[in-house]
Amino acid sequence: MEKSTVFNNRLLPYLLLLPQLVITVVFFYWPASQAIWQSFLREDAFGLVSEFVGLENYQALFAQPEYYRSMLTTVIFSTLVAALSLSIALLFATQADKNLKAAPAYKTLMIWPYAVAPAVAGVLWFFMFQPSLGMLARPLRGMGLDWNPLLNENHAMMLVVMASVWKQISYNFLFFLAGLQSIPKSVIEASAIDGARPVRRFWTIIFPLLSPTTFFLLVVNVVYVFFDTFGIIDAVTGGGPAGATTTMVYKVYADGRLGGDLGGSAAQSVVLMVIVIALTAIQFRYVERKVQY
Amino acid sequence: MAFRQFGPAAAITAALAFATPAHAVTEIQWWHAMTGGNNDIVNKLAEEFNTSQSDYKVVPSYKGSYPDTMNAGIAAFRAGNAPHIMQVFEVGTATMMSATGAIKPVHQLMKDAGEPFDPKAYLPTITGYYSTSKGEMLSFPFNSSSMVMWINKDELKKAGVTEIPKTWPEVFDAAKKLKAAGHATCGFSNAWASWAHIEQFSAWHNVPIGTKANGLDGFDTELKFNSPLHVKHLQNLVDLQKDKTYDYGGRTSTNEARFGSGECAIFLTSSGYYATAKGTAKFDFTSAPMPYYPDVAGAPQNSIIGGASLWVMGGKKPEEYKGVAKFFTFLSDTNRQAKLHQESGYLPITKAAYEKSIKDGFYEKNPTLQTPLKELTNKEPTENSRGLRFGNMVQMRDLWSEEIEAALGGKKSAKEALDAAVSRGNAMLRTFEKTAK
Repeated sequence: MEKSTVFNNRLLPYLLLLPQLVITVVFFYWPASQAIWQSFLREDAFGLVSEFVGLENYQALFAQPEYYRSMLTTVIFSTLVAALSLSIALLFATQADKNLKAAPAYKTLMIWPYAVAPAVAGVLWFFMFQPSLGMLARPLRGMGLDWNPLLNENHAMMLVVMASVWKQISYNFLFFLAGLQSIPKSVIEASAIDGARPVRRFWTIIFPLLSPTTFFLLVVNVVYVFFDTFGIIDAVTGGGPAGATTTMVYKVYADGRLGGDLGGSAAQSVVLMVIVIALTAIQFRYVERKVQY
Repeated sequence: MAFRQFGPAAAITAALAFATPAHAVTEIQWWHAMTGGNNDIVNKLAEEFNTSQSDYKVVPSYKGSYPDTMNAGIAAFRAGNAPHIMQVFEVGTATMMSATGAIKPVHQLMKDAGEPFDPKAYLPTITGYYSTSKGEMLSFPFNSSSMVMWINKDELKKAGVTEIPKTWPEVFDAAKKLKAAGHATCGFSNAWASWAHIEQFSAWHNVPIGTKANGLDGFDTELKFNSPLHVKHLQNLVDLQKDKTYDYGGRTSTNEARFGSGECAIFLTSSGYYATAKGTAKFDFTSAPMPYYPDVAGAPQNSIIGGASLWVMGGKKPEEYKGVAKFFTFLSDTNRQAKLHQESGYLPITKAAYEKSIKDGFYEKNPTLQTPLKELTNKEPTENSRGLRFGNMVQMRDLWSEEIEAALGGKKSAKEALDAAVSRGNAMLRTFEKTAK
């Protein structure tokens, strides 16, 4: 009751909320509802013919074995990218948190890759590992390893995972570092005095106290791998070889943009949206319980 | 990328804006996908046209790769501000054709504008691709090419291959010799996987890619490229891939550099690679016709074209169309066509320009540039070699390449891969048929 008296004007709270609501409606609800509507239509690329086909796009989608395959690929890809980018970033952040001489320079260098556009990052990695010309692929081949992401599915997957992880480490690093710096030094010092070794200090004190950051990053990273990685995949492998790196979001892009099949593509993005909403809900329901605020 | 192109384009636009007198100039937007030396050619053409008269101004803009340009054009059309002229690669032809209302057919455009236009003046192997079954030209061929086999003569000599291989078995032999002579990672290779081993391969051996004359006679076509001949060829590649006598070169042209660097001494790709080869290869190179299997009756037949054509978008003003028509007449000029052909390595589109190049003795000095023309005109085209027109071809090519990759990577047998490519492709064709009414 006390809180409501702060606002004398009844409209004021709504007015203050308005900008955020407008942004959410314009950039989320509106396009999302359009995607849902479009998933019930069959259109040609130019939008000249448009026909309501009900659930036909969804039926066609779930009849494709390639779609289930892209789901499996997505699970592998997103697990690898999220796990690697989180753990490597955490390792780097704990190192940068120490009293180093060149810490500011090191931190700046770590943050840089975040400013690189996904497609540019993709092209960069593509060239470094291009089998016959790449500066990193040549030594690999020189060592007798038959490096060939054009045909070897595992090589191609490694390449897109590396590129996506590299791109995301900076972001995670930044948040982990901030998280680490907000942990009171006194707690750590107290445990040190009690005789806890660095590894034990990390797992029993730092890691639990960092859990709100870790949880936040987990959610953000899952969204990242599900939605933002198609640019990298497009530039590095184009979904190949033989569809081995075609994740769900890349398939949305390929079918809609390259294939001109907007209805099918919209149906896929609706499915993807449902999956991500479900995943986020699960994370909040079950993982968040373990978070110590 | 767009920004890099923006600078020079803006400079030219500004320079022209000051140079032209102050009466109303009709602007014609031209979206294209040409990079490097070919981008300069596009800008030069527009500049020449703009200075040759004062009523119209052609403004070229680079819009990225072929698929990017096409998608940009389609998106712009949906938003109501399409360009006047859009360069679309050959595989986008069916999509453009089926978009009645979104495009203005070229034969109609020329008639409405009262420009002199004789479809017979153009090389039929090229215009056939862009015309209806009645022979009405729908788009204006701009840069046409075909697939040829590029040969590193120095390396072949070193490996003891005295004659340029003509047939596939000869290519395989030569590749084995090359491998033995130090080309451990690549005996031979190719760019554009599906263009090489499905599309051109079928036409060159006079076997169908699909029914209905490869889709030219209707969208209710069905794919047919899982024949024993196709399976045999893919199986040969699969066997040779194991020890890299053949090494897969990807779906697009990104690995053409493996020829220029000397790694692959035999390399199948577009004849349009000429300008790049000339600039990068530090060895004696030439082009030869694509190989064939000598036990196939009638092979080699004739090759089919690749490259791109200019589509005119619908819903523009009559005076703008007049400008576009004048620009096409300008492009068809014999001297200009001959020069364009000799500089870029793309094919001449008019008969007169081809004859002029022969008369000038151009091919005696540059036999490389005649190879694709010889391939295209090798025999009178048949149902199987006139061309192809499949809906969703952009994505279909990816799908076919995926299956080729599955076979080469050992995930499927050659037969399974081609069967899957055919059945998945057919499903895609049926979806397209439903939207293209």
